[in-house]
Amino acid sequence: MSEPGRRDPPGRGLASRLIETYFRAAPVTVPIYAVLTAAAVGSLVILAVGSNPVDAYGALLSGAAGSPGAIAGTLARSTPYIIAALAVAFGFKAGLFNIGAEGQLLMGALAAAWVGSSPALAGLPAVAYLPLVLMAGAAGGLLWGGIPGVLKARTGAHEVIVTIMLNAIALGAVAWVVTSPDPVLLLDTTASVPHSRPMAASARLPELIAGSGLHLGFVVALALCAVVWFVLERTTLGFEIRTSGVSPNAARYAGMSVPRIIILVLAAAGALAGIGGAGEVSGGPNGYLTPGLLRNIGFDSIAIALLARANPFAIIPAALLWGGLLSGAPLMQLRADLSLDLVLIIQALIILFVAADAIVRFLFRVRRPKRDDELGEQAIFAKGWGV
Amino acid sequence: MLLAMVDLPAQDKPTRPPRTPRRGFTRLSRLQTIGVAYLLLGVTLVVQVAGALDPAQVVFLFGLGDGVPQVGVQPAAFTLGTGLLFVLAGVVALGERWTGRYAGVALLVATVLFVPLVLVTSLALSAAGTMNVVPLMGESLRVGTPVALGALAGLYAERSGVVNIGIEGMMLAGAGVGFVVYAVLGAAGGWPLYVSVVVAVAVGGLMAALHALLSVTFRTDQIVSGVAINLLAIGLTSFLRREVLLPLGIGGGSTLPTIEIPLLADLPLVGRSLFVGKPIYFTMFLIFALTQVVLFRSAWGLRVRSVGENPHAAETLGIDVVKTRYQAVIVGGLLAGLAGAWFTLETVGTFDNLITNGKGFIALAALIFGKWRPWSAFGGAVLFGFAEALGRRIQLLDVSVGGFPVPSQFLQVLPFVVTIVVLAGAIGRAIPPASVGVPFERSR
Repeated sequence: MSEPGRRDPPGRGLASRLIETYFRAAPVTVPIYAVLTAAAVGSLVILAVGSNPVDAYGALLSGAAGSPGAIAGTLARSTPYIIAALAVAFGFKAGLFNIGAEGQLLMGALAAAWVGSSPALAGLPAVAYLPLVLMAGAAGGLLWGGIPGVLKARTGAHEVIVTIMLNAIALGAVAWVVTSPDPVLLLDTTASVPHSRPMAASARLPELIAGSGLHLGFVVALALCAVVWFVLERTTLGFEIRTSGVSPNAARYAGMSVPRIIILVLAAAGALAGIGGAGEVSGGPNGYLTPGLLRNIGFDSIAIALLARANPFAIIPAALLWGGLLSGAPLMQLRADLSLDLVLIIQALIILFVAADAIVRFLFRVRRPKRDDELGEQAIFAKGWGV
Repeated sequence: MLLAMVDLPAQDKPTRPPRTPRRGFTRLSRLQTIGVAYLLLGVTLVVQVAGALDPAQVVFLFGLGDGVPQVGVQPAAFTLGTGLLFVLAGVVALGERWTGRYAGVALLVATVLFVPLVLVTSLALSAAGTMNVVPLMGESLRVGTPVALGALAGLYAERSGVVNIGIEGMMLAGAGVGFVVYAVLGAAGGWPLYVSVVVAVAVGGLMAALHALLSVTFRTDQIVSGVAINLLAIGLTSFLRREVLLPLGIGGGSTLPTIEIPLLADLPLVGRSLFVGKPIYFTMFLIFALTQVVLFRSAWGLRVRSVGENPHAAETLGIDVVKTRYQAVIVGGLLAGLAGAWFTLETVGTFDNLITNGKGFIALAALIFGKWRPWSAFGGAVLFGFAEALGRRIQLLDVSVGGFPVPSQFLQVLPFVVTIVVLAGAIGRAIPPASVGVPFERSR
């Protein structure tokens, strides 16, 4: 502060410093404002259908965090979103738009359910079985993320479309494997509602608090956030990934192989999502896979990754917000007589205002960042159809 | 449309640096890679499939009624012949250095043969022995209608330089809100039906206006803005369904009436299948013809295209880039809304959550496949329509492979698989409008 030769510019009173801090904090505050704006617009919708927004949001809040049980429920609900959003954010860092988390989760869950219920592995102790199940999930996701990676790198097929198609294909594949009666692949033939064979007890992720639904997967998710942050920020590979995300041409000029990075990033993102899927099927209340188990988690995680501006640690609060909205919604429906789908609208509005941060910046008078390092945080995610 | 497969490598993107040879093994060119695939497929057909097929003849009918032309095919012989041709095409493509342009021609022929091959083998594997080809064509066109309209929606937006992956959301919003209005008006057919179609179209336009606001005015990342549109449409329509449709208790309503095109409907063979249909289906053809004229023969079309290629040059010439982009995106949105109406008001007569089922994304693939040109995109849409129609037909025919019925899920994902194959095979040389995806900033 009092370095020699440095003079504060004139007129730097407390007020101007506060304003300065206000603008500096923009990467943190703008998403928060976006959530508030979305809630405000959402309350207009609530008013339009004749309910009271205060009651509705109050019920939503107490459903999400009103009791220790509700909080545990929110944490449990957020777990897959954290991991899946990591998968999306990892792609963003390389300038790739991974819409395929949905399918990658499913394929991971499928592989995990298969390994976890395999008669050949029955009797394996949990110490060996659990890592095996998670690795199977990672492998399933890796395969599903690797396909768009290879296609993009080798043929230029845009990952947005390929991953969307692969989502639908994964859903079909899982539905077939899990429910096909002829030939029986993974169907539990004794069940009245079609679902996969139940996983062995030692292949199930243990609950952190008995009866809460919160399982070990939450810890895995937090650990993965740290791992992704480390890889991106503290390794050469991470530097290459971020460079090719900001400017593929610069990366190429520096001698990095952009196709290799594309394949690697999408495959790794798939593996992350696959672990998330494995965690849900093995840590969830049922211990078996149904085709609808992971519906929309992958799509919502795109919004979470955007909300967190692709920052691995910011994903945690963003996913908690998402999990809280979802786990609070039933109480809101009960108390305020509002459809659960209202939460979907609020979520869409959040992503809308996060995406169009110009609107929020205008509403809350936050200046656009001028310096490049601030811009780097929110580099353009995807660039049209360019290869 | 299949010409996409045989473009010369000289059209590679100019920005790509010179190819460095891979260590260890020589890298195959695109045509050679496709050639390897055909080679393997051909060998499989000859060795594995041809002998295993039921030797009984299968018959293809052309047209409805008695005395229509028919073609009998011996499945084993046909498969054997096609397999050998695939092998030949594969070899010709692999020897691209010596065969030159024949490599492309050989692969084109092989690709064209794919459709009859699929038809013949699936028929041979089914319990039935005959298939009528003309209704299958008609159904391909009908099922391809929303995809084609969606592709046009993308065409207008992207030709003006705005990526539109929100087509799915615009369709869904049109389908949902259009049907909600119809249900509120009683869902009994008549004039409310047409009012609802207009509402669906308008809602598509509104969603597109939002997309334009976000991506043109606020310069949001266009793909992110499209994702936001899709999410918003899902939330909005499922909310409306739960709050309005379910309390009304309207499960379904009558749909748009079937009309016959005079004279054309009486054409022999194809008339009843292609020229008897519903209004949006016929409108689609009109809109395609109109688009071709508007985009390539009118001043406005020239403005749209120039804004999509080089907005700054266009601005220098006095074109209002922002206004033009707004117009193009909204026109596209209106068409996406019409595609949405196809689902609820023309075809199904009810609204379910996510009724558009990824058609908006397939439309985008058709657009890329068609290289951002109307009629080629139409070809792509019909191809996907054919994949879906064929899937339904195979399901009806009770086809079984190796003693097990073909799983219905496999047939449902067929169009998606076709999309990936087509994209991987075709987009490398499909060159998008130069400025698509780049936010425009007015120069001062």
